[in-house]
Amino acid sequence: MLKPIKKTENLPKKLTIKKVVNENYKTKTFFFNESIDINPGQFIMLWLPEIDEKPFTLSYKNPAALTAELKGNFTKELFKLKQGDNLFYRGPFGNGFTASEKKAVVIAGGMGLAGVSLLIESLKNPKIIFGVKQKKDLFFRERFKMDICTDDGGIGYKGFATEKLKQLLKHEKYDIIYACGPEIMMKTAFELAEKHKTKCQASLERFMFCGIGVCGSCACGNKLVCRDGPVFSSDDLREMKDFGKYAKLKSGKKASLQEYHSWRS
Amino acid sequence: MLDLSTSIAGVKLKNPTILSSGILGTSPELIKRAFENNAGAATIKSIGPEPREGNNNPSVVDFGHGLLNAVGLPSPGYKNMDMEFNELSKIKDVVIWSIYGNIIEDFMKITKHILKYNPKMIELNISCPNKENGMLFSQDSDCAADVTKAVKNAAGDVVIIPKLSPNVADIAEIAYACEKAGADAINAINTVQGMVINIDAKKPVLHYKKGGISGPAIRPVAVRCVYDIYENINIPIIGTGGIMNGRDAIEMIQAGASAVGIGSAVYYHGIGVFQKIVDEIRKWMRENRYGSIKELIGIAHA
Repeated sequence: MLKPIKKTENLPKKLTIKKVVNENYKTKTFFFNESIDINPGQFIMLWLPEIDEKPFTLSYKNPAALTAELKGNFTKELFKLKQGDNLFYRGPFGNGFTASEKKAVVIAGGMGLAGVSLLIESLKNPKIIFGVKQKKDLFFRERFKMDICTDDGGIGYKGFATEKLKQLLKHEKYDIIYACGPEIMMKTAFELAEKHKTKCQASLERFMFCGIGVCGSCACGNKLVCRDGPVFSSDDLREMKDFGKYAKLKSGKKASLQEYHSWRS
Repeated sequence: MLDLSTSIAGVKLKNPTILSSGILGTSPELIKRAFENNAGAATIKSIGPEPREGNNNPSVVDFGHGLLNAVGLPSPGYKNMDMEFNELSKIKDVVIWSIYGNIIEDFMKITKHILKYNPKMIELNISCPNKENGMLFSQDSDCAADVTKAVKNAAGDVVIIPKLSPNVADIAEIAYACEKAGADAINAINTVQGMVINIDAKKPVLHYKKGGISGPAIRPVAVRCVYDIYENINIPIIGTGGIMNGRDAIEMIQAGASAVGIGSAVYYHGIGVFQKIVDEIRKWMRENRYGSIKELIGIAHA
């Protein structure tokens, strides 16, 4: 009998928006009409025809949803979409987190919380530290029990999430630290993990063209964030010289993280 | 013992696999990773005359039989890459420096700049379908010859390798013009022009709309091009296009290639693909009692 050959095709597939939820003044969750089989920490490439295509993690799986912050041209277009509108995705891509540890702490900064939402749901009672600039930047407060940190102390702990983590680790031993958020936060979390001889997994962000491990745009050291990552564990983070220091601009120019972030925002 | 080495215009490669331009070669660290995985040579992402961001996404998609891409030659520009060039110049393995330009003067400026870093080989990307005039120099024998001659005159002993487009009537004629103009080798082929439309979006999938096809779908196109070129010229050929395994590599070598470009296979098989292909070549040669790559080059020709 003739059998179908194994295909690798990964072209954009249609998604229809079922519901849009306002999380805060600049953050929306877009629920879709179907579930997407994705592991925590993996990402999809979200395509808005004639605009652009960008990597996003999913914040819910069934039905699938993504949570985004209004930031640049792409999210400006995304935020115009309403219930019943279509958009497109490829993926999932990347490796994802390994969620097998017993006692875990998850540290998230800003939109990084959306990136670890599926992870949190797959862990057993993890400690969650969530840092934002101000109270108005918070989201998912009903969804997760979290230790909240704000830069201005408007609510919760006054100071960086990594300061809170530092205090926590002084008193308690954890098996693993999961980090997702600004790279400087992840770098500090990793250094704290090293100091306390605790394992760490961090989800990195770089500008991506292909998302599938060929173009080299998302290189961090000799690793590709799209395919070797986006989640890297301590052994990799230790070797990645660009982690916490450099990222490539769209042209491929290697820039300081500061320059990279001012271009991205 | 089996000799898997080959040579391109006097430059010896430990094996015939070459990382193609545009795949991973954006940083010296990734080039080194290709060598750690036993690539015989590695080509860097094409260096441009000015900073350039490339196209919007989607820029690379897997359409089921290969990849379709229109990344659009992003480049920091040659003036902003001295840190990378310095690192590349320290690599002992064979690095191929790919360059592109809009006019001959661009190629000259970049060539003169990178000569300071003692490149062994320079590849002329005159065949990119994904930017305005990207293919200009490889679509006409005179244009291809002019740019080749100009760069060769400036570069002296450095091996000059024009990379040719299959999107032409007679690629062998263009290869011949390049040889006459002083090219030391030819790389064939660059991607084949194509398009994929998403029928639900009612739009081409690539933001640039058109793109270049690579991977398994174009292998027979590439083999035919290399076969034709081999009949027309005496300089060595780097055969590129859809090579996924050792048998594909040997096929390309039998068509006339002295070495093979490996690009999309990195997507399908990961960075370990160089070792995989080398192992498969070795196995086939042992089973078929060949002692060296050189015995196989062009043997499919009568």
